[in-house]
Amino acid sequence: MEDLLSILRELHPDIDFETCTTLIDDQILDSIDIVTLVAEIGSTFDVEVPAEELTPENFNSAKSLWEMIQRLDEA
Amino acid sequence: MSFASTQFLAFLAALFLLYYAIPRRHQWKLLLAGSLFFYWFAGWWCLIYIGVTALTTYAAARKVEDMAQAQDAWFQVHRPELSKEERKDWKARAKSARFRWVLACLLVNFGILAVVKYTNFVVGNLNAALSAFGGGQLPGFSIVLPMGISFYTFQSMGYLFDVYRKKCPAERNLGKFALFVTFFPQLIQGPISRFGDLSATLYAEHSWNTRQIAMGVERVIWGLAKKLIIADRLAIPLRALVADPDRYQGVYVLAVIFLYAIQLYADFTGGIDITIGVAQMLGVKVAENFQRPFFSKNVAEYWRRWHITMGTWFRDYLFYPMSVSKPILDLHQKCRNRFGPFGKRISVHVCSLILWFATGIWHGASWNFIVWGMLNGVVIIISEECEPLYTRFHARFPRLKGSRGWDLVQVLRTFWLMGAIRVLDVYRDVPLTFRQLGSVVAGFRPQVLWDGSFLELGISLGDWLVAAVGALSLLACSLLGRREPVRERLLRHSPHLAWGGCLLLILCILIFGVYGIGFDASQFIYNQF
Repeated sequence: MEDLLSILRELHPDIDFETCTTLIDDQILDSIDIVTLVAEIGSTFDVEVPAEELTPENFNSAKSLWEMIQRLDEA
Repeated sequence: MSFASTQFLAFLAALFLLYYAIPRRHQWKLLLAGSLFFYWFAGWWCLIYIGVTALTTYAAARKVEDMAQAQDAWFQVHRPELSKEERKDWKARAKSARFRWVLACLLVNFGILAVVKYTNFVVGNLNAALSAFGGGQLPGFSIVLPMGISFYTFQSMGYLFDVYRKKCPAERNLGKFALFVTFFPQLIQGPISRFGDLSATLYAEHSWNTRQIAMGVERVIWGLAKKLIIADRLAIPLRALVADPDRYQGVYVLAVIFLYAIQLYADFTGGIDITIGVAQMLGVKVAENFQRPFFSKNVAEYWRRWHITMGTWFRDYLFYPMSVSKPILDLHQKCRNRFGPFGKRISVHVCSLILWFATGIWHGASWNFIVWGMLNGVVIIISEECEPLYTRFHARFPRLKGSRGWDLVQVLRTFWLMGAIRVLDVYRDVPLTFRQLGSVVAGFRPQVLWDGSFLELGISLGDWLVAAVGALSLLACSLLGRREPVRERLLRHSPHLAWGGCLLLILCILIFGVYGIGFDASQFIYNQF
């Protein structure tokens, strides 16, 4: 989880990712951030994020992102 | 059979009465029969095209779902025997096997769309290239575009992707699936519905619901009013302004930008109002396609609020898969390592340009639409790149952000910018469009606005006034309906006033509507896409 938070903080240092649950709803993460995130998740966690996982539910908070990574990693 | 025709109203009345008279379990079958009849009316041969799309998509979706079920069953049994790497590898191969069926179906259906829609465009460009090198000429083909092919192809392929992604189940009843593809209210100009959203009410049994039917009728009347009173009236001066571009330059081009924005909005949203209203009369819920788009503060926001179902289709089934594909992620890493913060945006910009090229070519087989699409993409990219400048500007003038005055400036800027790009729809070719736009600066003669020149464009002063009152009414309804649509508020607080308004609208359509022989209106603009 700490690795993921570091990736997120690098994108938006001013956001408190531990508490924010509206990263997509409030348009904090844009399409550039999402592609960057998918690329970083791929290289850091060796997880391939398919297009169908790019949903607001998965990207709205660090927690939901972490849950998605774990689910995809479990295979 | 145009929505704004007496034939359609007669067809709808007969279908509507039968719909609520027959046993409810047969209602979806009647809708299918009605939809096929509606489509047959455009030409029996159109049924062959839509039939191929329905059959191939139905079969491919079933096959993909059957494979997924068999794969899941095997995986559950053998999961404990496999290592994590083997599990990942097996899942990737299973997905790839399913995708082969999706790909085959995509090739068939987009292949049909490409042949009927783009063959003559490609041949025309090849001939232009051949003549430039002194070569021969390829023959053109006489291909008539099947009605609504862009819409039903996209809707069907969206469904197939959803089944492949396990977002919705495959429909096992061929008749029900055929109804999803051919449902007549949305067949010719959308919205592009998702199976998961539409199927719940499309196949359900519906008993008579006076309030819902009344709301549907009201929405149809509202749509007809937009189309017949505003859009078709403004089409007359617009035709004149576009037909003689040498004469109508400068301020006239600004008039084209402004009038075409209103005409297209009234025409397209009017058509969608009729679609949603007709569906509502039948108890079917169709997705909204507009969210007050002319109040957008930038181009990206405009595209989130205009033709929403098309935008989300391209986002979910083209932009996202492309953005997270291996080649794009590789490009992302390379550019990021080489160019730093700007580099990480390059891959997204590349995807944006491909997306806007596809959006442009979807609208029509011409360079006008391709340039229109690319310009939209370029403007969005420029505004994304200028984001740090905006931030600095707002840091210097903190009071501006969020103020009504600044919001208005942004709304007007977006309206005119989108309008200037949009006139690529109306002029003959791309160079002419840019020449006309250039004339706004070079040949600005504001006196034509008040010297009576606009009364020589085919409509009288009275017509201009009717169009102006109509457009201002649209603006007022948009402003008043920010939180809740005006008609719903009226119906709740003052039902008598709502019904009075409806009767007044019918009267206005009869008195001020623009229709010709047989009371048939001109074709909806989006029907041609």
